[in-house]
Amino acid sequence: MTGMLAWIVKRDLLLAGRRSADALGSLAFFVIACSLFPLGVGPEPAALRSMAPGVLWVAALLAATLSLPRLFSADHADGTLEQMLLSSEPLVLIVAGKAVAHWLVSGLPLVLLSPLLALQFGLDARSLAVLLASLLLGTPILSLVGAVAAALSLGARSSGVLVALLALPLYTPVLVFGAGAVDALGAGGGAMAHLLLLGAGLGFALALAPWATAAALRIALE
Amino acid sequence: MKPPALQARALACERGGRRLFEGVDFTLSDGQALWLAGGNGSGKTSMLRLLAGLGLPAEGEVLWRGQPVRELREDFHRQLLYCGHAAGIKDDLAAWENVACNAALAGYRVSREQAEAALDRAGLHAVAAVPAHFLSQGQRRRVSLARLYLEPLPPLLLLDEPFTALDASAVQQLGERIAAHLDSGGIAVYTTHQAHGLRPQHQKRLDLDAVAGGAQ
Repeated sequence: MTGMLAWIVKRDLLLAGRRSADALGSLAFFVIACSLFPLGVGPEPAALRSMAPGVLWVAALLAATLSLPRLFSADHADGTLEQMLLSSEPLVLIVAGKAVAHWLVSGLPLVLLSPLLALQFGLDARSLAVLLASLLLGTPILSLVGAVAAALSLGARSSGVLVALLALPLYTPVLVFGAGAVDALGAGGGAMAHLLLLGAGLGFALALAPWATAAALRIALE
Repeated sequence: MKPPALQARALACERGGRRLFEGVDFTLSDGQALWLAGGNGSGKTSMLRLLAGLGLPAEGEVLWRGQPVRELREDFHRQLLYCGHAAGIKDDLAAWENVACNAALAGYRVSREQAEAALDRAGLHAVAAVPAHFLSQGQRRRVSLARLYLEPLPPLLLLDEPFTALDASAVQQLGERIAAHLDSGGIAVYTTHQAHGLRPQHQKRLDLDAVAGGAQ
């Protein structure tokens, strides 16, 4: 069973590598969106520091949402999704593998790039560490919950807009606790409560999202 | 008494508010084939999807060895090879990678050598390493059908227009492959408009135009 999960991750990474422009597009969006804020707001260090977590998190949400419509649409268009539904392995595993691959291609690079982008906002080392931890816990939730939205909007006209409309409200708690973790540290409190809530959210998403996505895919193909 | 291998019981299908067919009953035993005939839009592809468990019938049910296919799920999928209208081919993967990927989704891993051997039998050895993006429609169809040349072949083949876009020699080769599968006790259900040499000994024919339903 885990063999199928690992195989799907490997397959999707291979496909992403062969069509790297898609993944690089959302990464470029993240970099550009984060870099525009200091230019627009001005060089005031205190203002930049206070807005940094929110800006980085909102840019991460939008960048992750950009790549969501492609999560199942290509497999749907070329008939591979039918083969996935008819696989001898549970669809839940295949869906989980695709969400993991989506995070590795669209989420993890954002986490790795964020320290560099945070330099533009003058974040100190402790705040940066908390921001990294919150992104590390939060971005997998974006992929898991986003997979549900992508499956629900499969086959719909203007599915890209629909995915965003479905996914962004569901991302709100992740944004609140993710950005709030750094703010709480700056306010003198600890960030642990926010990070634990993000961890709980990740556990919740891991437990439910693959099943919800699999059910949505079955309905979409009926 | 042993139940038939594949059974459709009072099947009805609706699409877009229109009843495509209704009251379809048939049974298939090991070694038998069913040719789904009918005009465009008569519901041949929908019927294949119902038989595969991909679609939900408006009425009736599909049974595999006496059990509803939608309850069997993965246990049924292990017994099935479905080759749909879309070829299931990734443009960015080489032909042999596509064969290996589709086999892996079906639950068995094949090496590059095995995938290339299947492509060879499908008449595509020369393009095994070529990305599918550069293949013609006929070649893409052959890549999709190369799964039929991998062993072990599951007992039930559901083939949607398998002869489309193939040249005469490929049509004959595919017909021989399906016939060999039936001779070894397998079952095949296929749709086609095309002239083909497939004349299995135990073939049934279902004309979906004859069981067409009225507008809802």
